[in-house]
Amino acid sequence: MIIAAHGEAGARLRDFLDRRRDDIIGSWVETGFFGEAAGDAAADVRADCENVLTALSHVVETGNLHDPAAEPFQEIRALLGGLAAQQARQGNTAAQITANLTWLKEPVLRLWLDEQPEGQQRTEDVLALSAALDTLRLVVMETAVTEGADIIAHQQQQLAEMSTPIIKLWKGVLAVPLIGTLDSMRSQAATESLLQAIVDQQAQVAILDITGVPAVDTMVAQHLLKTAMAARLMGAECIISGIRPQIAQTMVQLGIDLGEVATRASLSDALAYALNRVGLSVTPAQRG
Amino acid sequence: MTTTAASRVVQVSSEMDIVRVRQAAREAAVEAGFSLVEQTKLVTAASELARNTLVHGGGGQVSTELTVQQGRTVIRMVFTDSGPGIADVDQALADGFSTRGGMGLGLGGAKRLVDHFAIETGPDRGTVVTISSAARRGRRR
Repeated sequence: MIIAAHGEAGARLRDFLDRRRDDIIGSWVETGFFGEAAGDAAADVRADCENVLTALSHVVETGNLHDPAAEPFQEIRALLGGLAAQQARQGNTAAQITANLTWLKEPVLRLWLDEQPEGQQRTEDVLALSAALDTLRLVVMETAVTEGADIIAHQQQQLAEMSTPIIKLWKGVLAVPLIGTLDSMRSQAATESLLQAIVDQQAQVAILDITGVPAVDTMVAQHLLKTAMAARLMGAECIISGIRPQIAQTMVQLGIDLGEVATRASLSDALAYALNRVGLSVTPAQRG
Repeated sequence: MTTTAASRVVQVSSEMDIVRVRQAAREAAVEAGFSLVEQTKLVTAASELARNTLVHGGGGQVSTELTVQQGRTVIRMVFTDSGPGIADVDQALADGFSTRGGMGLGLGGAKRLVDHFAIETGPDRGTVVTISSAARRGRRR
């Protein structure tokens, strides 16, 4: 059922919301939805309440009760987004946040019912008020969900940008700790920075450590091989370390052959091998 | 006696979805009490097949279900796409055969990593690959 609150009814409701402004804001502050109203924050909380109430009274006046995209709601979107984000940080889901908004509805409807004489008009008006407040919930729900989607998009970007560090273990010895899922974009970036580091540091040996890679499928293996080949073309030898027993078994059954690329179970074995390649050996210190 | 415990469907349409298929396989394997080696085998096979679904099939879906057969928990994964299909399955399963510059080990390798492997395909018929694996040493936690 669509309730129209044009003209007379709209003006009546708007007048009510403006007249009882202080009562409504008082009860809203008490609900805690707008945050803790203690100390310095009290003024902010009151201001937030006032903004939401102003938007609500514009909406009932124009009669655009069912449209979450209505202009007055658009104006408080940022404010609602902030409130939703605050609640989300407290561990509330989008559904809980929206449920909490019922706290705002009850006091408004109660005030209205208390002051109006019984009759058809009172029922119609209370339905209109209720519809406007429900639409407000929808707007909050929408902003809460968008907020989540924004965070996810942002994190995805951060993850992609997180470059694999190239670590210098010794003069001429580099290590690349590969971690997590190697999709084509991340592995390409890791290869490029390794090859650049080989040039910059005149490295002779590069260790690709896959301790942090959960599974090695043919795409990952092919990527490792291509990186090793490119490094070899530049005069550096690649060692693949961090091959755990389950990875080794799986690679054998897949049929992956790493060919001439040296492999080691742990990074320390790989380092010992690398030092040997650059003509160094580690001996216990002479203690006197 | 066969009872179906749970089924989960992942839509595959981007590289991110391959990660989700791997996670679904890993979660199912942990729940079924697979050893670390068995887990890694299943996850790797799922990764290969999901990539085939994406790269060769143009996307599709992967369903994962746990069933209990004669007291053993079996994981069954079905990879479905409606792509161009495979004309010569024997050739596709042979090691070293690749149409897209890969290592040519994916399909054959995945077959070696699981207990049962079945493929239904043909030119312009899409491809359905079904794999299943069971934990070797009963149910462990």
